[in-house]
Amino acid sequence: MNWIQPILVLLTAFLAVYAQATLEGFRYVTGTQFNLLPALMVYAALSGGTGFVALLAVCGGTWLDSLSANPLGVSVLPLLAAGLVINHYRSLLLRQHRYAQVVLGLASGAAVPLLTVVLLLSLNTHPLLGWGSLWQWLVMTLVCGVATPVFFEAFDRLSRALSYPHLPESSLRANREIKRGRF
Amino acid sequence: MFKRHYIALALVVVMVLVLFNLPSQTAAKFKLAISGLFFPLFSLAGSASQAAEKVGNAVIPRRDLVRQNEQLRLENEELRLRAAQAEEAFRENERLRQLLGWQKQQLARYKAARVIARDPANWWRTVQIDLGSRDGIRPNMPVRTLEGLVGKVSSVGATRSQVVLLGDPNLRVSAIVQETRETGIIYSGTANPLEHNIVDMGYLLRNSQLKPGHTVVTSGEGGVFPKGIPIGRVVESRSADYGLSTEARIKLFARMNAIEEVWVMFP
Repeated sequence: MNWIQPILVLLTAFLAVYAQATLEGFRYVTGTQFNLLPALMVYAALSGGTGFVALLAVCGGTWLDSLSANPLGVSVLPLLAAGLVINHYRSLLLRQHRYAQVVLGLASGAAVPLLTVVLLLSLNTHPLLGWGSLWQWLVMTLVCGVATPVFFEAFDRLSRALSYPHLPESSLRANREIKRGRF
Repeated sequence: MFKRHYIALALVVVMVLVLFNLPSQTAAKFKLAISGLFFPLFSLAGSASQAAEKVGNAVIPRRDLVRQNEQLRLENEELRLRAAQAEEAFRENERLRQLLGWQKQQLARYKAARVIARDPANWWRTVQIDLGSRDGIRPNMPVRTLEGLVGKVSSVGATRSQVVLLGDPNLRVSAIVQETRETGIIYSGTANPLEHNIVDMGYLLRNSQLKPGHTVVTSGEGGVFPKGIPIGRVVESRSADYGLSTEARIKLFARMNAIEEVWVMFP
């Protein structure tokens, strides 16, 4: 992972939070607003280290809470928890497989809102919950499942485009060259 | 590897605990400072929509503009006549109040604001408007549309404010039913998160005379909302608290999921 990738991911997180606060169409149709930060967290956890996961959780979480009535910092811990779990098991996960990306996106998209609501309730705040919340949770989960492979594809392409291309290996190796004498 | 996990986790947890324990005013200031990062994007979006509106206005045919102008002129004349009548009624009301020794009534002033963002979380109902302390906005100022009450200002920045909407668990409004003069409290109650225009009215009398279609307005109690702002219409009523009180479902006049412009009431 070069330095461009974290910047791109953080920039995308910033724009995702802005879109979440301003785009009305999706909310109008489904009655639910999407949350793309868990999907971004899957990418960050599988592509970067612990520090990057923590950075995305802190920045994304506080940006989201600053535009919301959430207590400041409440979105940080669920994002961090999801990111650290995925990062911990990343050697066992098939990063390149679409199937794995979708499943991780679904899991992260389901866990993050759930943990946030649990945290809100434990802080003695009373978020608006009802049977409709189940529908909202389902939509948020599905959106993350769909968005995760899209992020993987987009960031991998951008990363390839912005970094030096790998040189093809030459068949000539100095140590394997047969030196012939006069005869 | 494990150690790095734990260090990152510990650092972030400490930071979050500090944020949770900040005094509410300091936390609100932090929030406004962080959300200030989005200000260039909000400004850009505002300018883009204004430019698009200008382009749209430029391509409207002159014939339509003349017709619209004529329509507005007639409407303006009618409204001026009504305003003159209302002025006369207001003066008469003032004279009568003076005769009875009642307190003088103050007419509210309004300032228009544009909704620039909605709460990104699905479990709160708040919006951000493009007026702030520079425009004289203060916390707890009532916010409405032409149709009816929308909510109140909850926190104020220099150029933006957060408005908590009716139906949010953090907003309760004292209300009165116009037809029966029964008072109650408007709150989110059992409202479905998907139904943005329905709220509950509770703490009504056990033998309430409420009927579907009755109009609910603010009662003026509590000191935040002036009396008489329309809120909504009764959809249905039911017995609550084991028959000790009545609860009603209210359909709000303001279309909460489609508000674009609002009016902030100045005392």
